[in-house]
Amino acid sequence: MADVDDAGWARRSSVRVVPAARPRKLAKVPFVELADGRLQGVVSSGSDIERVYVSSLTSGTHAYHCSTNNNRPCGGLRGTPCKHLEALADEAILQYGLDRVARYLRVDAGDGVTTGAELLGRLDARHEPTQAAVVFSRFLRHLSYLEVPSSTTPLPELHWFPSTGAGR
Amino acid sequence: MLGTQLTALTDGHPAGLTDALDLVAGVDAALAHGLARVGEADAAALASLAAALGTTPLADLVAEAVDKICAGSVTPEHLAALAGARSALLGAAHDALLGQLDAALGRGRVPWSPAPPAAPSPVLAGARAWLHEVAVTGWRGVDHELVAAAGTPVEAALAAPESRRLAVLLDGLAAELRACVPVAAMPQVPARRWADLWARGVLLAQDAGAVDPVTEVDRVDGRLLPLGVDVHEHDTAMQIQVHAILEPAAGGPPRLVRTAVGAAKVDTIVGPALWRLLQAYPTLLAALAQRRGVTVADLPVRGADLRWQDDRAQLDGPVDPFAAARVLLPGAQAAATAPLDRHPAAIAEPVLLEGYAVGDHDGDLVLELDGRPLAVAVDRLPSCGPLTPELVAASSACLGLLRWDDGRWRLQPLAVRATVKRKAVDVHTGDWACGITDAKVAKAEAKAGDAVAVLRERAGRLLRR
Repeated sequence: MADVDDAGWARRSSVRVVPAARPRKLAKVPFVELADGRLQGVVSSGSDIERVYVSSLTSGTHAYHCSTNNNRPCGGLRGTPCKHLEALADEAILQYGLDRVARYLRVDAGDGVTTGAELLGRLDARHEPTQAAVVFSRFLRHLSYLEVPSSTTPLPELHWFPSTGAGR
Repeated sequence: MLGTQLTALTDGHPAGLTDALDLVAGVDAALAHGLARVGEADAAALASLAAALGTTPLADLVAEAVDKICAGSVTPEHLAALAGARSALLGAAHDALLGQLDAALGRGRVPWSPAPPAAPSPVLAGARAWLHEVAVTGWRGVDHELVAAAGTPVEAALAAPESRRLAVLLDGLAAELRACVPVAAMPQVPARRWADLWARGVLLAQDAGAVDPVTEVDRVDGRLLPLGVDVHEHDTAMQIQVHAILEPAAGGPPRLVRTAVGAAKVDTIVGPALWRLLQAYPTLLAALAQRRGVTVADLPVRGADLRWQDDRAQLDGPVDPFAAARVLLPGAQAAATAPLDRHPAAIAEPVLLEGYAVGDHDGDLVLELDGRPLAVAVDRLPSCGPLTPELVAASSACLGLLRWDDGRWRLQPLAVRATVKRKAVDVHTGDWACGITDAKVAKAEAKAGDAVAVLRERAGRLLRR
């Protein structure tokens, strides 16, 4: 939402409405998104390569949850957010920038907040179990894009979506 | 491009352009508020739209649609008429602007030859329903639920190759809406842009709207000389479009053509990693990275669009795109845009600029030819290549695309000849097509790890369980 205050914004076809995600390492947290009113994502288990944790934090109410994709609660939730939620918040800040994450969660980050743990510390967060299935299926949907075959059909509509950010 | 040509291009607007765009702005405002209850100002704007189209074949359709919409009954046919009316105005604006450009540059353009429509696809109904809901709600009313409802039609459209365009468009629009929810809290909405995407979506989702791009009326053999590459991307799609001169083997004037290849992706695949999604097209990527010509045999072509087939292409000798543009571009034959694609945002005409002064107009980088400024679209320099605003500012020659948006022409650089540390260098957006050639950037990329590989590993382990 870079130049939203610019008067010409409403009359231009090719404005960048959403800044591109910033590059980050995906090994630990392969999936992060701000969607459905939640910061949510998938965190790879540190000990078992077959296991992933599904973590989420709701905008506004700041209810959090973390479980395996089979709905087994994360053992790290002991009245405070677990390390998976911290990793999720860390990576969200890398990917979207602190401002966008804080705005989406509706939290006043204030000064001195740079990491996910610090951001979580600013919340009056409480634990509230939610189903992992919704988030996990969104992750699988996300991965399925990589299975869509490439194409030589020209897509004229992508002229509205220029690649940008050279030299970033 | 000469100073006199730039003057001809930027001296005044085509007649009626401002009026047409004001009518479009009226539709945009109505879509921002939603069509569930049309207010007085929006009703007046829609009535003006109907009046403006009163002498066209769309007249009755649009007049009836506007009447009914303002009375509060919105059917899919009415929305199609509204989208059609808005698109017709912007199509006319496109034609006028491109006509001005052709006249200024002396560029010849072959007219479009009609193609038979493709068979209707069963996935379109879902897309139409979502676009309907969006129009009735209005941008300002968009919430999480409405955004999430795009998921099913997008998935269905993406699974069918013939509706790829629609899928990519809807997914791009939905992602923007998702990031902006609650839209009501935004100081202003990108009304033109979202209405553009909405209207195009409605047209692509009509049963008669799908013109199969594979319908090949023509095939060509010849030598392809790439001029430069334009890169497009949103969260879940990317495309490179190579602009090139085709020297037909059968003789005749050189043709100004383009060819596009693209892939689905996810938002965390950005920057130079984009090229790795296109490994099915090694010849095309090598031609870009090594700046070489390509001999093509029996490639399908529609208008200016060559449909790329890597196995019908062979790498040829080195080509200097600047020399190719200097010698061949002035006499190259362009082709008309497909009727449905006519919109000012679709204008992307290759030009070569030399002998300019680099200037700064209120913080905007401009190239001045004979004192006449042309703004540089620095926001269209892709993150997957080495071409930066700094290099453009240090350049003495620039190959780029002329674009038009919100009342002015801009130049989107595809390549520059610049002086760096007292040495002349050529830098192209496609230089990293086969891998990063800058050691420092390559090291940073290697450190970040291979996003595609990580996600493929995760997909291999977790999908299909």
